[in-house]
Amino acid sequence: MKNIEFRTATSAQGGLVVMGGVPGVAAGSRVQLRDHAGRIRSGLVIRAADDAVLVEVFEGTDALDLENTWVRFLDEPFKLPLSRDIMGRVFNGSGLPRDGRPPIISADRRDINGEPLNPAARAYPREFIQTGISAIDGMNSLTRGQKLPIFSGGGLPHNRVAAQIVRQARLLGEEAAEFVVVFAAFGASHADARFFQESFEESGVLNKVVMFLNLADEPVIERLLTPRAALTAAEYLAFDLDYHVLVVMTDMTAYAEALREVAVLRGDVPARKGYPGYLYSDLAELYERAGRIKNRRGSITMIPVLSMPSDDITHPIPDLTGYITEGQIVLGRELANQGVYPPVTVLPSLSRLMKDGIGKNFTREDHPHVASQLFSSYAKALEVRGLAAIIGAEELSDADRRTLEFADAFERRFIGQGEDEDRSIHETLNLAWDLLSMLPPDTLIRVSEVELAKYHKGAA
Amino acid sequence: MGKILEINGPLVKLELPQTVIGEQVRVGRMGLVGEVIGRDGDTALAQLYEDTAGLRPGEVAEGLGWPLSVELGPGLLGAIFDGVQRPLQAVWEQSGDRIARGVAVPALPRDTRWHFVPEPARQAGSALIGGDVLGSVQETESIRHRILTPPLIRGELLELAPEGDYSLEEAIGRVKLADGRIEKLYLFHRWPVRTPRPFRQRDHAVVPLITGQRILDTFYPLLKGGKAAIPGPFGAGKTMLQQQIARWCNAEIVIYVGCGERGNELTDVLESMPLLTDPHTGRPLMERTLLVANTSNMPVVAREASIYVGITIAEYFRDQGYDVVMVADSTSRWAEALREVAGRLGQMPVEEGYPAYLGSRLAAFYERAGRVETCAGDHGSVTLIGAVSPPGGDFSEPVTSHTKEIIQTFWALSKELADARHYPAVDWLESFSGYVGSAAKWWAQHVDPNWERDRAEALDLLAASEELQRIVNLVGVEALSSEQRWTLEAAGLIKEGLLQQAATDEVDSFASPEKQYALLAALLEIYRHGLKLVKLGAPARRLIQMPLLSQARRWKSQHSSDELAALKAKIAAIPDAFEPLLQEYAHHPSPLRGEGQGERVSAQAPGSQT
Repeated sequence: MKNIEFRTATSAQGGLVVMGGVPGVAAGSRVQLRDHAGRIRSGLVIRAADDAVLVEVFEGTDALDLENTWVRFLDEPFKLPLSRDIMGRVFNGSGLPRDGRPPIISADRRDINGEPLNPAARAYPREFIQTGISAIDGMNSLTRGQKLPIFSGGGLPHNRVAAQIVRQARLLGEEAAEFVVVFAAFGASHADARFFQESFEESGVLNKVVMFLNLADEPVIERLLTPRAALTAAEYLAFDLDYHVLVVMTDMTAYAEALREVAVLRGDVPARKGYPGYLYSDLAELYERAGRIKNRRGSITMIPVLSMPSDDITHPIPDLTGYITEGQIVLGRELANQGVYPPVTVLPSLSRLMKDGIGKNFTREDHPHVASQLFSSYAKALEVRGLAAIIGAEELSDADRRTLEFADAFERRFIGQGEDEDRSIHETLNLAWDLLSMLPPDTLIRVSEVELAKYHKGAA
Repeated sequence: MGKILEINGPLVKLELPQTVIGEQVRVGRMGLVGEVIGRDGDTALAQLYEDTAGLRPGEVAEGLGWPLSVELGPGLLGAIFDGVQRPLQAVWEQSGDRIARGVAVPALPRDTRWHFVPEPARQAGSALIGGDVLGSVQETESIRHRILTPPLIRGELLELAPEGDYSLEEAIGRVKLADGRIEKLYLFHRWPVRTPRPFRQRDHAVVPLITGQRILDTFYPLLKGGKAAIPGPFGAGKTMLQQQIARWCNAEIVIYVGCGERGNELTDVLESMPLLTDPHTGRPLMERTLLVANTSNMPVVAREASIYVGITIAEYFRDQGYDVVMVADSTSRWAEALREVAGRLGQMPVEEGYPAYLGSRLAAFYERAGRVETCAGDHGSVTLIGAVSPPGGDFSEPVTSHTKEIIQTFWALSKELADARHYPAVDWLESFSGYVGSAAKWWAQHVDPNWERDRAEALDLLAASEELQRIVNLVGVEALSSEQRWTLEAAGLIKEGLLQQAATDEVDSFASPEKQYALLAALLEIYRHGLKLVKLGAPARRLIQMPLLSQARRWKSQHSSDELAALKAKIAAIPDAFEPLLQEYAHHPSPLRGEGQGERVSAQAPGSQT
């Protein structure tokens, strides 16, 4: 079947070609299509019946006729060849090299759709990953095997934050050498792609990075393959070669928009804002490939980056993502406008797995309480700030004024830090206590009395 | 034998005459399983529980002759099943880390031998009716698994095996049916998941389900056999709250259905449950728990089935006379699975793409909860707690609004509270419970006759403070009278000292009803003492400075439910803390001071004793 070319196209429209009289074609099989000019396009079988096979053509149906279109059914799903040599390489969304070097030749070729991980085989993420960024390490800690997205907006420095995490992320302890990065960009601008490439090069991590790039002017359907190819590579590195893999994917909004575009072509019933009803399941198929497996040494930790359309966190893309991922790091325009970098808005940010990866045996015994106290004190301080905006700072009590000073210092010194500043978790926690010491000890009820006595600068 | 005609996503058109709608089919060389959802001439339309990639038109298909059913018998507890009751632990051992397609593993282990003790009343020759207890198996140390007669059987017991060890494949008895057929009885039987199991009649739910969570038990109680929903946007702590309920509630069996949720959360439950002990029996929690897991990356059709698998197992334990809690996380994902299939069938979408039957399906599902008199004359209950994940946290969306009409207890989670790290983030203004009256009787009888009054007083205080907070946000706290400031402070005390509860804190994670009421009464007593003083003319500022207030905020995490004596001693000392102020102001009443103004005057008064 693989070697037979069929010329039985009966209709072509909107990216879809119907083939007649091709019996026994497997659903989900890959297709190669040769047009009248001899150009090769690729596609996928999305509906199979004996009398009509529906093929989705990635490059679209422009300049296609029915009479001179030749189609081969490759009889297998999209597969990615894998070997150790993928390290340091750059591929396109379908897994072909785009760095001018030869393609990967390997007998080990895997279906990029993967298979769902058995929940009974999962191991729970517990180990703390230090990113060197206080707002993350101190208050929204990342653990190995977690998926923690960055929610951002147009014009915010999410790429710089993502690059900083890639440069600085490390495990506490001796396993630092086993850390590698899989980077996938879809719908990215040429400038963004170059920024990441240069940033990895400068910091000397390039040979530990596998890149999958689908740029903004490349086929939309390939955008749907890019994260799957990247995750297949990540699974190979993590669970075959025992690496700890950090997967950075950007920008999930471009991915979801590509999915919507394809869904409309297929005629799927739209749910919210024109996105198909299966957007949740589709995103989950990607995100849930992060994790750890019992009896395997490696792990996949995922940082998807998405820009929220109009900064709206209730938009379907961030909303559904938030329901699947284990928390979110939210970047805010207000802080960015005040020149705070990284502009992490801590109150809506959250790491669900933090509680199990910090504290006594992982970071420091006071960490859980300090994080909780920072959240609570800062939330109160913002209330006071709102009040001050109405009644004027002069009307505030002394205690309230001190709270305001705390909020300012917290934003400038704790959240704000240099793009090259790599803070250890101890530095982060000590800094937190410096700031909490600006507040009277009896207002700090989230920390224990023992911790107050030990760390609060004003307690003595 | 039939064959595949067309494959379209999870939907497959088959040439398969004489199949019944709802019947299970096995399709293709991989042996994928699904169910028939429509017939047209000789063709049948089936939805498959597994990914259809690689299937080809022309491959074989066969009808299996029964609808989607679950196996009910010993071996259920402590297990983790997928959405169609495949045992994931056994599947893991057989097919590795990834779930391979077409795996066929029986739900209950066939090689385990269980020690069966027959019921003395069941003698050969006696009449046997569906639901009758044949005997029992001590499945775990805390749970005695009663072996039930399959519900539809009615006849004469011919023989019943003596006490001894039996596997699920060995018959333990024979029964002669009314039509003369003889049927064998086993330790387990099958039941179709979409049909509610029969019972004699519905009972009134009367006993509250104690979850150990103060905001739930004290303020918005749920009864055993009741229906509750937990709606909340992501990050509001929905899963955490459900896990807390699964851990600490005083049901005898807990079924946790992870429907389209995160894989790591189930792993968390699987890893933490065996380590935790049941506060009511002292045994590991896993002994009374079972999990049904269809994580978000598993096939969507099995997700639709998973909550039915869960509720059927819940009903089975109810029929044994147990109080069962089923937690479904999340019903929104189930509704989305319904929408996805409806979309592929080309059914007319109504609201947000959901099919028109969403409301009736939801209602029919929740109606399977309840406290009943079982066929055997026992009493059992199924309490149903469904999480709802409204898109964007909008409670007016279809799934939340339909659910709200069906359930009795509504635990609304608020993003604002969660952002301020007020956990559990149950919003005390949005939530409601239709069971307060029934619960009050129980609390009055078992804990304290004043429960209903105190609960209402605390809620009034919280509502009043919400009003005052609005004023403060506009004009600042200085504009309030002393009494109003004290109200605000007391509400804060209740929020921090009672409503907030740290799931990760060993002491605070679970609070017995006695501890819950002790804290409630204590905080209200502080409020009443303060109020009396304010009315005597004491400025709120002096009261707010009392060390007692910050001490009282820590009481919840200083005294566990087993050692309430120390807490009660502190509570008994509350009047003493107010004594000095009372002395001062009782003798110098100042009735002429006005609101707000009064505070400034008294602040200048030489009265500070420190």
